[in-house]
Amino acid sequence: MKKTWLVMLLMLMMTTMLWGCGGGKPSASGGKTSVLDGGAGQSATELSYWTFVELHGQHFEKMLEKWNEANPDRQIKLNVTVMPYDDMHNKLSIAVQTGVGAPDIADIELGKFPDFLKGTPQLEPLNDVIDPYRDTVVKSRIDLYSKDGKNYGVPTHVGASVAFYNTEILNEAGVDYTKIVTWEDFKQAGIKVHEKTGKYMGTADTSALWQVSQLLAQQGTDLTDDQGNPVVNSEAMVKALKLLKDLQDNNVIATIAGGQPDTEEAYGEFNSGNYATAFMPLWQMSRYTNYMTDLSGKIAIAPIPVMEKGMPRSVGGGGTGTVVTKTAKDVQLAKDFLAFAKLSLDANKEIWNTLGFDPVNMDVWNMKDVTHNPENKFVKYFVNNPFDVLNEIKDEIKLIKSTSASPTINNVLCTVTLNEIFEDGKDIKQALDDAQSQIEQELK
Amino acid sequence: MVKRFLYSQKVAPYVFVLPFVLVFLIFWIYPLASSVGMSFQKVTLGQEAQWVGFDNYAKLMGDKTFFKAVANSAVYMVLTLVILIPFPMLFAVLINSRIMWGREFFKSSFFFPALTSVVVAGTIFRLMFGEMEGSLINSILGWFGIDPIKFLKGQVTGYIALVALATWRWTGVNMLYFLSGLKNIPDDYYEAASIDGASSWQKFTRITMPLLKPTTIYVVTISIYAGLAMFIESMMLWNGNNSPKNIGLTIVGYLYRQGIEKNNLGYAAAVGIVLLAITMIINLTQLAFSGMFKKED
Repeated sequence: MKKTWLVMLLMLMMTTMLWGCGGGKPSASGGKTSVLDGGAGQSATELSYWTFVELHGQHFEKMLEKWNEANPDRQIKLNVTVMPYDDMHNKLSIAVQTGVGAPDIADIELGKFPDFLKGTPQLEPLNDVIDPYRDTVVKSRIDLYSKDGKNYGVPTHVGASVAFYNTEILNEAGVDYTKIVTWEDFKQAGIKVHEKTGKYMGTADTSALWQVSQLLAQQGTDLTDDQGNPVVNSEAMVKALKLLKDLQDNNVIATIAGGQPDTEEAYGEFNSGNYATAFMPLWQMSRYTNYMTDLSGKIAIAPIPVMEKGMPRSVGGGGTGTVVTKTAKDVQLAKDFLAFAKLSLDANKEIWNTLGFDPVNMDVWNMKDVTHNPENKFVKYFVNNPFDVLNEIKDEIKLIKSTSASPTINNVLCTVTLNEIFEDGKDIKQALDDAQSQIEQELK
Repeated sequence: MVKRFLYSQKVAPYVFVLPFVLVFLIFWIYPLASSVGMSFQKVTLGQEAQWVGFDNYAKLMGDKTFFKAVANSAVYMVLTLVILIPFPMLFAVLINSRIMWGREFFKSSFFFPALTSVVVAGTIFRLMFGEMEGSLINSILGWFGIDPIKFLKGQVTGYIALVALATWRWTGVNMLYFLSGLKNIPDDYYEAASIDGASSWQKFTRITMPLLKPTTIYVVTISIYAGLAMFIESMMLWNGNNSPKNIGLTIVGYLYRQGIEKNNLGYAAAVGIVLLAITMIINLTQLAFSGMFKKED
């Protein structure tokens, strides 16, 4: 009998050991860290900053120099750590909530933000430092990162969705992108493109909701109702996906490796000219200049087609809220610097210059010397100037709400539902009903 | 007094095992116990936990994604058992046989994959099984006139990739276990059998297999754990924990999604406890059937 117990104990040990290992972090990568001193002196305070986008660090580097010059008595050294998307958010979530090891400043992506607002947010309210700039920036972008009237994140961009057309392919097929107004126009153009070139006009996204959001915004609806409850099987949703499915059935759009335009695999597909169009938020521009260099001089930006003329043609997509954690070394300093680095007029100009984003201070959109600067790499890359399009759709940029249900909605739709519809051809209404019940079950 | 204590023959053994016992208690038993506790709570990091009774388990029973994860892990475990027991055993016997040449070469080349990091291997397999025409597997299929397959988007094809990765990685390790087992079988038995006129097959089934039984039981046991607890392979192959239609989601993957990604630690603890229960039940049954618990007289 003794022996049995020994075996049992050994078994228990081994199981728990493996179990313990399995639950651990998948990669031990600590990310890439670099210290920016931005001309700071000896007495500078060192602040740490986590991000999942390397480019964001470059922006902070520029703003840091300006800050240190303007505030000799409050100089900062910034310790920037870049980590992969999932990794960073998971680590940050644990660090913020346990109160150990969190950075002073961090980027949180819109899709993950609601998770950080659960219960009592462990982030500093930023109302006092946002107030001076409140009138100059788009209100809805701040509201995205707020709870109970407290603003916890500083927005980076508007993320207006636009269409990116590859004019080389379109010219080959004899299609004029400026004539595309409705989805029907897009479909006819796409059929022509596929017949003439064998290429696809666009993508059927399976791992992101950009297209779905755009189509919902056109119909004036959302993924959640007024109370923030999920409604993913609404009529508008069925209509949107039927439209996309019809495009797929006519070889106008097709699924893409990676599942959506903003992935490494898809950059390659676009770069080799297999797909002519991407419907993405404006920040996709920086992906073109960085990862799709072969397309330089070929990409034109235009408003997204609509179901019926007169519908709103854009929606804000994605977003990064930069936050100050409760455990920050010098909360006030971090907050002041953050507002300076992301909300001041200078910051908004730099966000366009360095990152190629549409700044939240819309006054910048009309500053021709900034937006049409012929030296700017984005201006050089694209066929037309993005701000000409942005100013055209300025008043039509809708918003898809971010609620506590959003992360779950995203997860279910992007892993299961869209794949079922576009890869397996599952009945749209059925797939959406299943998604709705799965989401409700998970939110219980 | 101190001297008596130090030189006491009764106390000494306990002093020597103390570090192990402490590590075991602090790092295994305590977390296990607190996991059990947590599985009855609603836990959000940094905030007060609430007792919710069996709520987490009740929710688990109605959770389709969880059952999908259990099914995935079970299928993976069975497939790895089917492949990673007979083949490594066969290879071990071949390598151990006297007529085999290049023994060390085969041994090390079979074992080599186990030394590479799963992260690297998973990434390379992901690229190999990519859905583009140019990816390795699809370009090989292209030579035979087969259209490109979206490997990582289908359940069956996804598992082909996953099991290929597991086979590539673990064949060598299991083979080494079997090899060491084979070394313990005295040559005399085989000689005696030869004299009695036994064929090679008879020798394999009547001598090698029964005498390898302890090794086989051990390999089966750890393969069951490893199969059910698999996580990183799937995570690397699908570049994250969210595979299309959850085809690559494992139990531990689900635990990670709930606990770390969604900060729902109580629910994740319940998932973990269920995993522990499943593993224990399967393994105890397996060990009971193979006679591990029989009293030794």
